[in-house]
Amino acid sequence: MINQAPNAPKIKRESKNKIRVEFDRTPLLERLRSKFLSLYFLKRVVWYLFRFLLLLGVCYVILFPFYSKIASSFMSPEDFVDVTVRLIPKYPTLDIYKAIIMENGYLSALLNTFILAGSCALIQTFVCCLVGYGFAKFKFKFNNLLFLLVIFTMIVPHSTLQLSMFMEFRYFDILGILNLLGGGVVDWLRLLENPSLNLINTYWPLWIMSATALAFKNGLYIFMMRQFFKGVPDELEESAYVDGAGVFRTFIQIIIPLSVPMMITVFMFAFSWQWTDNFYTDLFYTTAGPTLMPDIVAIPTSLNITSAAAGMYNTAITNTCGILILLPLILIYVFAQKYIIQGIERSGITG
Amino acid sequence: MAFLKKTKTGKQELGVVKERKRGASLQAKKSRAGWLFIAPFLLGFLLIYIPIIFDSIKYSFHEIDIITGGGFELVWVGLGNYQAALSDAKFVETLWTGLGGLIVEIPAILLFSLFIALLLNQKMAGRAAFRAIFFIPVLLTTGLIADIDAGNMLGDYMGSESGGIDTGGAGGSSVAEIISATDLQNLFNNMIVGSELAANVTKLVNNIFDIVNRSGVQMLIFLAGLQGISPAIYESCEIEGASSWETFWKITLPIISPMILVNAIYTVIDSFTSGNNSVMAYVNELYKTAGDGNVISSAMAWMYFLLVMLVVAAVAGIISLFVFYQRKD
Repeated sequence: MINQAPNAPKIKRESKNKIRVEFDRTPLLERLRSKFLSLYFLKRVVWYLFRFLLLLGVCYVILFPFYSKIASSFMSPEDFVDVTVRLIPKYPTLDIYKAIIMENGYLSALLNTFILAGSCALIQTFVCCLVGYGFAKFKFKFNNLLFLLVIFTMIVPHSTLQLSMFMEFRYFDILGILNLLGGGVVDWLRLLENPSLNLINTYWPLWIMSATALAFKNGLYIFMMRQFFKGVPDELEESAYVDGAGVFRTFIQIIIPLSVPMMITVFMFAFSWQWTDNFYTDLFYTTAGPTLMPDIVAIPTSLNITSAAAGMYNTAITNTCGILILLPLILIYVFAQKYIIQGIERSGITG
Repeated sequence: MAFLKKTKTGKQELGVVKERKRGASLQAKKSRAGWLFIAPFLLGFLLIYIPIIFDSIKYSFHEIDIITGGGFELVWVGLGNYQAALSDAKFVETLWTGLGGLIVEIPAILLFSLFIALLLNQKMAGRAAFRAIFFIPVLLTTGLIADIDAGNMLGDYMGSESGGIDTGGAGGSSVAEIISATDLQNLFNNMIVGSELAANVTKLVNNIFDIVNRSGVQMLIFLAGLQGISPAIYESCEIEGASSWETFWKITLPIISPMILVNAIYTVIDSFTSGNNSVMAYVNELYKTAGDGNVISSAMAWMYFLLVMLVVAAVAGIISLFVFYQRKD
């Protein structure tokens, strides 16, 4: 062995293919000091703290309203009179919950909304998956032009169309066929009783709009699906074609299993936005229609009070309605949260 | 499936020249399948959406009389509805204040969501939890819940004593203001900007909850964009000795600039189409109170839509001047 500096590592040959390196480490104290007392480390700690506090603060801004609503939903009228009561009720009761569930028809609203939102979300997920796949993977004439139409349906505010949308489904008719059969054009041909269908107060308007990908934010879902499918390598389908599968078989057996996380994401969006929607439900359902979530937001008669705190108590009641509306959604969100975040990151709605 | 079998046998039997022809027809059949895939949307667009759009434009030039016993009658009034809408002082006023608010809000939402996305893109403890929480408003605080929140003072009342710095109550009246308007006005008066801007900025800071609520999707779009940047670029920057500040301005910002464009347009459209928008709320209110026969709301909505398109075009035009596209070869 050659002469070495005292601290240099000593290399020993153990066998033909093996060496061992031995070296003196710097003392622990010195190492710790140089690691933790440097300016670099200090800067990092300050930055970590700052970042953590900032994110925590924003989380507080997001979560505090939920907390204050939940806290106030357990309060009794006395709590609102008592100035010392702020965030924790002194006389907790379940009166508000009981009254809303018993008197406002919460359970039937739950069932009806579940059927409506579930069916619409299923239809929308499937249709948007189909359409997105069509736009992403096939070259046909006007592909890009037609995709602009999808963007167009996204841009037009639905409020612009509410009157004509109502009219469309109040006097529902496609290409005047029902009008023709109902004797609207020629008198002797009167096979149907009415020249048009009244679809108001049925689930059909939303089903039809879901099946044609025109419902709330469906343009966004098509966009997300298209971006996702663009990221799927073409070779996958090509190998399926070579193996003798047709376009639709490839879609069902190869593409759909692949896009399940993305479909869950779209389903969650569609479901929760339909669940809390009050634009379409106000538009298509009158009081004679099925009880849906917007209908339960009211002050139950048994909770009518006329004291100084009535205003705040009523706000607490409407907030409790909100909690009851959100409760099923939160449960689903907790379960599906992982898929949603993943799905959105993967779709990379990046244009 | 059937046609593919045919081509398969065809390939075995036919020569090179004919095979090319077969290939072309496969292409044609694939494009036909493409039409089939988008058929639901296309049919809906042609049979339902276009009539709805067409009717909506038509109604805005008419008055509707509902005939008892079914059916309705249209009476042509020309531009009367539009004139009526424009002579509605409250509508014009909401329109302008809505636009003014937007000019402050769009940059605020973009900056906030970009900043949060940058933070959430870094590795740290509890990142998944933070992301999940930041995404809650997108799914839960929409439509009905937003409506309930809008008429809600309770959170403000509760927050005013407990914390001091929060506007937990989501909009509504501001009992607990973060910064007082007079302070800010003094600050702005020293500079040479109008008091309107000061009022808007005060509103903005006090409605931080609103901003947070509305930047969820934008945040995710930015996050997706940030994750698409290759780590190799950052690594080489570090080796070259660039500070993270320089890296941000020279690498990150140019690469995600297309996302800034997408987000700006999304924000404009989102804030225009949401029911919380003051103009839309006014139009909705009018629609509801006036009953089915009212078409002024339709005329208003179309004027508003034209304005939206102008703003979108302006925003897209301005931002696309600064957008940098990476060539992917």
